Amino acid sequence: MASRKIWLWLSGAAVIVLFLPLLIKNSFLLGIFIVIGLYSIVSQGLGLLMGYAGQVSFGQAAFYGLGAYTAAILATRYQTPPLLCLLAAPFLPALVALIIGRPILRLREHYLVLATLGIGILVFALFKEFSDLTGGPSGLTGIPYLAIGHLVFDSDRDYFFLVWCVLGLVLLGMANLTRSPVGRVFRAIHSSEKAAEAVGISTASLKLQAFVVSAFLAGIAGALYSFWVTFISPSPFGFTTSVEFALMVVVGGLGTLWGPVLGSGIIVGLDKFLQWAVPEVLPTVGGEFEIIFFGVIFVIIMLFRPKGLLLPEKSIVAVAAKTEDR
Amino acid sequence: MGIESQYIQYLISGFTLGSIYALIALALVVTFNITGVFNLAIGEFVTIGALTAVSLREAGCPILFAYILAVMLAGLVGALMERTTIHPARKASVLTLIIITIGVSIALRGAALLIWKTHPYTLPSFVNTASINLLGAVIIPQSLFVLGLAVVAVGFLLVFFDFTFFGKAVRAAMMNRTAAQLVGINPGRLSMFAFTFGSIIAALSGIFITPITAATYDMGFTLGLKGFVAAILGGVTNVTGAIIGGLLLGVIEAFAAGTLSTGLKDAIAMIVMIIVLLTRPTGILGDR
Amino acid sequence: MLEVREITKVFGGLIAVNRISFKTRAGGILALIGPNGAGKTTIFNLVTGVLRPDSGQIIFQERSLNGLQPFQIAALGIGRTFQNLELFTNLTVAENVMVGAFRKSRVGFFRGVFRRPGTMREDQTLYREVLDLLEQLGLAEYVDLPASNLPFGQQRLLEIARALAAQPKVLLLDEPAAGLNPTESQELARFLRSLANQGHTLVLVEHDMETVMSLADDVVVLNFGTVIAAGTPAEVQNNPDVITAYLGEGEEEAC
Repeated sequence: MASRKIWLWLSGAAVIVLFLPLLIKNSFLLGIFIVIGLYSIVSQGLGLLMGYAGQVSFGQAAFYGLGAYTAAILATRYQTPPLLCLLAAPFLPALVALIIGRPILRLREHYLVLATLGIGILVFALFKEFSDLTGGPSGLTGIPYLAIGHLVFDSDRDYFFLVWCVLGLVLLGMANLTRSPVGRVFRAIHSSEKAAEAVGISTASLKLQAFVVSAFLAGIAGALYSFWVTFISPSPFGFTTSVEFALMVVVGGLGTLWGPVLGSGIIVGLDKFLQWAVPEVLPTVGGEFEIIFFGVIFVIIMLFRPKGLLLPEKSIVAVAAKTEDR
Repeated sequence: MGIESQYIQYLISGFTLGSIYALIALALVVTFNITGVFNLAIGEFVTIGALTAVSLREAGCPILFAYILAVMLAGLVGALMERTTIHPARKASVLTLIIITIGVSIALRGAALLIWKTHPYTLPSFVNTASINLLGAVIIPQSLFVLGLAVVAVGFLLVFFDFTFFGKAVRAAMMNRTAAQLVGINPGRLSMFAFTFGSIIAALSGIFITPITAATYDMGFTLGLKGFVAAILGGVTNVTGAIIGGLLLGVIEAFAAGTLSTGLKDAIAMIVMIIVLLTRPTGILGDR
Repeated sequence: MLEVREITKVFGGLIAVNRISFKTRAGGILALIGPNGAGKTTIFNLVTGVLRPDSGQIIFQERSLNGLQPFQIAALGIGRTFQNLELFTNLTVAENVMVGAFRKSRVGFFRGVFRRPGTMREDQTLYREVLDLLEQLGLAEYVDLPASNLPFGQQRLLEIARALAAQPKVLLLDEPAAGLNPTESQELARFLRSLANQGHTLVLVEHDMETVMSLADDVVVLNFGTVIAAGTPAEVQNNPDVITAYLGEGEEEAC
């Protein structure tokens, strides 16, 4: 089975995930891994859009934020049970993606980049502006902890397991999807939309599906974020986050299953490392100027490894079918 | 203030900021036409221009000299950016190039933060004349300088494109990149010129706007963004369109901020851009 | 089957296709010939919805195709190959053909995500069917290679295989024999004839006169976007207009 290798990888990863909290007692480090998990969920969705459907989004933080705010608003203003909020939250970003997707995805290259970037900034501005609902720039407080029955996710260790379990499910679904005939069609669209249309495939609706899924996953991650930090303000959902999401996908490797996870790890890790290391080495300078290195590292990766660190496997399905044939 | 004079006030501030958007859009459009790269780092050059001028002036440099040096430095950084990041990746995909310009923009913003911290700075107005009163609205003299800069920049471009050999070659390259190579223009040199030129225009607009709005290390982000919107409004490849797009955006924003809410300024700009992208991808002047 | 009525397409003042009409017979092979720039590929693009005609009608099975999207037209049963090759270069040869058959499968997004055993079985059955088809076209040895590794002529054959996998009723072939050697060309002609005998209707654009004359049931000769002659190969060959306008040049090209 094609999935045997994936199962192996997934179970290997699961073992690491299980033991990680035993090794890491430091809650700061555990927090970093939670963020990596959350960002991996977002970048998995974005990876489907960018690496398979061949489209770009520089506004993904908008969907992440919509998920976070939907969950937070439902929980704080309407006293909805947290679990229900978590389940409901991704549908708003998915709906938004469904509505704007068809016209937006007709655009190409720079135009698509700018349109998605514009949507990201627009939604960010609306978070700040609709303060009756969102609390404006000062944010929303008092978001309850997530509880499933009697299980309350109030420690970082529990939350770590929750986030990585969700990520595991997302990875499994994504592995299945990209190895299915649908995944093959996505790769085909990436190569020639004209030819895909000529065999009766509606490229517009497939691209839209990928866009909606990417928004849905970003929404899940956003809702999980809300219940973890229990306080949200607009600032984590701005342009910089959108750019980081896109970078995660590209740096990790377009069209790969593990690329977005690797990319999330690298970018979150690098960010936190620089925040720690730069003041250690250069104690005299304050601020957040470590972003210099951030920018420089991206430029270097793009110059020397424009396809990202991991490369896509070739033609998984045909090979799988063949081995079973014999 | 009566409602008419209020509207005139909006119009004046719209044109002032709009001129800056127009200049940045102009820089973007010229670079895009020559190289095919949409320079998402353009806003950082606005910052570099403005803040270098501030520092040089504080260091005791004569003011005009400080301005000229600041603009030259921005041009140099632009040329350096082209040589080290764009030129080596000239055959890469659009996505790669966009990410590169974003990476450069992040790095430059970080450098600006390191050098100038988060303090706001300002430059003196170019002249010390009192504000002018026009039908009840107030015009700051500096606004006139900003408008003047836009006019001069466009005038310079027209002369440059129409009367110099290099200018004509650039114009040819803007229409057809292979054609320029045929007449013996080195495309690498053109690309470097485009980035240098764009950076200079951006730096100039930074220096001109600072007496009005003050300068911070991250001023370029919003201004750059509005430059993109203005360029999109004008159709991305059209110099005249970029100017009109910038002025239009400035006026729309001023009225939106005045009549609705200041916080909605950015949102309105984005809505305008998205609507134009979806309905008239060739811009407001484009055919279709 | 497929009928084109007086279609016209103008590109910036230049009339690329000028009131062209023709009609295919079910199970027949119709060839469009004419010098370069005669408008042959433009006609294909008009029929498949890539371009919109400025005037005229395109009728398929009593239904107008005007205004439909390319994928809708393909789904109705009009397949095509591309003159400038539009293979899925990042997929294997077999996968290219499997994508061709995708529309017929019932695998959607959710079935893909949940990996139902039925889905994978269906895919393996499809793979075996694809092997048969590739064998018929002499591509058996390349099955699991990336499509981009195929020799040029074989890439054209793969385009045909992919189009056939979508089970079209009418197949538009844009210079299918270009890049093939004479033996391969003859094999292709035999294969195309067998397709027609199975009930496929073929429309082909071809430069190689020998292939056209021996294969086609009907020939439409185009020059500067207009039809200058139409009929059986024998009729067309003896038409003096055709001889002056095209055949002289065609012979040269065939050499």
